Amino acid sequence: MTNREVILSRIHEALKAAAPHPAFYNGATEPSPLPVSPQKWLPPVGKTLEEQIELFRQNAEALKAEFRACSDVSEAIQHVKKLAATGGWKKVGRHRGELTDAVAWELGVTEVQTDHGYGVDDLESCDAGLTQCEALVAQTGSVLVSAPTAGGRALSVLPPHHVVLARRNQMTPDLSAALERMQEKFKEQFPSFLSFISGPSRTGDIERILVLGAHGPKKLTILLIS
Amino acid sequence: MKTHAREFNESARRYTVDLRHRDLIQKVLAGYYTKRDEYKNRFQNWSGARDLAAEIKWEAINHLDRYLDEFVSKLEARGTKVFWAPGAQEARDYIVGVARQHKVRSIIKSKSMTAEEIHLNDALEKEGFEVIESDLGEYIVQLRREPPYHLVFPAMHLTRQQISDLFHDKLGSEPTNNPEDLTMIARRVMRRKYCEADMGISGANFAIAETGMISITENEGNARLTTSLPKIHVALVGIEKVLPKLSDLALFLPMLATAGAGQSLTCYNTLYGGPRQPGEPDGPEEFHVVLLDNRRTELLADAEQREALHCIRCGACLNVCPIFKNVGGHSYGTTYQGPIGSVITPHLRGLQNWKHLSQASSLCGACTETCPVKINLHRHLLHNRRNAVRSHSSHLGKFFYAGFAFMMRRPASYQLATRLARVAQPWQHLIRGTIIDPLRAWTKTRSFPRLAEKSFRELWRERQTP
Repeated sequence: MTNREVILSRIHEALKAAAPHPAFYNGATEPSPLPVSPQKWLPPVGKTLEEQIELFRQNAEALKAEFRACSDVSEAIQHVKKLAATGGWKKVGRHRGELTDAVAWELGVTEVQTDHGYGVDDLESCDAGLTQCEALVAQTGSVLVSAPTAGGRALSVLPPHHVVLARRNQMTPDLSAALERMQEKFKEQFPSFLSFISGPSRTGDIERILVLGAHGPKKLTILLIS
Repeated sequence: MKTHAREFNESARRYTVDLRHRDLIQKVLAGYYTKRDEYKNRFQNWSGARDLAAEIKWEAINHLDRYLDEFVSKLEARGTKVFWAPGAQEARDYIVGVARQHKVRSIIKSKSMTAEEIHLNDALEKEGFEVIESDLGEYIVQLRREPPYHLVFPAMHLTRQQISDLFHDKLGSEPTNNPEDLTMIARRVMRRKYCEADMGISGANFAIAETGMISITENEGNARLTTSLPKIHVALVGIEKVLPKLSDLALFLPMLATAGAGQSLTCYNTLYGGPRQPGEPDGPEEFHVVLLDNRRTELLADAEQREALHCIRCGACLNVCPIFKNVGGHSYGTTYQGPIGSVITPHLRGLQNWKHLSQASSLCGACTETCPVKINLHRHLLHNRRNAVRSHSSHLGKFFYAGFAFMMRRPASYQLATRLARVAQPWQHLIRGTIIDPLRAWTKTRSFPRLAEKSFRELWRERQTP
């Protein structure tokens, strides 16, 4: 017998005795069908896009991320330029993309493009990482990135400042909606990496005191472009 | 050799009188309670969410064979190597084998309690591989060469001063009292390690059957770096981690963060579905998933306690347990501490050696009430007590309860006993706390309340006769 067969037969054997369903604990006589979405229990989210953007702003800021709604790409470029000046950026990591191209061309600092591979030390020494994303989640203030839309796995976590360029139509109300969007987009061909990013990297491992920038970025900026 | 029960008692006795320990734990947990309640209250219905989470885990665990099969075939379809490990030894051997085959020099690891369970680091180090824990709390306890104190907050028992001394001693850093400076010291050490390591080892919080992905929840970004840069990624996954659908995460990720850490969502919740795919710029060339049984199927076979496998390892039951807060995480001597550890350890490591843990509970039920997947924890501690007695009853215990039953069934003998007790009590101080004191377990550290002058029966009789 292979290991797989050993474990599966143990499971098969074990499950011969039935365990009571949790719905019966409270005296119900039949289990309730599982709902498609847990929406009605989770924190509430407004219906309109404007409400969702406002909720996203509140949540992102509570997570110590910087959020800014930009009326167009040139406003976003101006803002990133300001960040570069204050942060003294000498080198940025980025991937090719409609928004990242537009911003990086105007930025005029050395770049490391990750699209076709990169040197780890080269990316590590960047002052910022510039990426796009798959979706934003209003309910939690999170950014959903994937390998193909955020320049791979490391670009959004290795440099000390992560700047996300997002479009308004990427705003989703909650995690369910964001995950559903991924299933519609990728069907069976999922990328190897998807990540919900909620604020800059943090730790509370020393006396549970919050410290930003544990191993990943110390700063996270999200620019929402109309 | 000392028994586990004796070690537990000795350690518990030490910790319960350690006021510095108690103050630190109380202070640390006070912040957690505030945040947990704040985020719980944002849910439209936390209790409904718990019901739903319990039902989803029930569905997964009670059809485990089907979901595991689906999980594995989806993973393999995209180039992941899956190894089924019936026991700890097979899992260790496989991972050591992968490291050896690739002539790995340096291994970086992100937090995994399952790896603690099988003592993976020891096995790798014995074979000459360097293993570095990248989670800050884990790194701290690794430098101290001690096991994690708490399954979510490994270094919860240490003050910043102790950590500063440790870093000064082991890393030669300047002493500092600032948690931020201490974190940055670890960050600098770890940065080099991420770039140099050729193998990353992680655990997993959830295994998604529908899409063949593992989900890792973290705050620091260490798991993301561990799984991005090294050319091999090995994930060690307990078979009970399965969730049927991708959409289940929309419920479980916020619940895990709220119950476990008092957050709405942890900083990074990442899904891994394979090694680097064509067209992707980075990621490991090889992705191995090691599925671990290690006696989980024995717990599965116990229909009465099967739901203990629903546990998502949030650690909420530890944080509210009055016993945990007093005896501390290290007293348990187990991988999984607190109420959930007391429930599952006897199944994973033998009932007779670990049955004392079922007594490490006041049965107050705080654990059951806080559990996000509604595991009836204190009830299972009672089950373990019953099973331990059933399979190995003590003659002394039997004799005592037979005597007790004899007395309680006969009112006259009960009256005689209460009268004798009243007479004997004034003399009890002579033997108090000594080996011949029948109440010594209680009176060693507490005073015994004085028995009433008159029993209820006597008072009743007086009132009836005016």
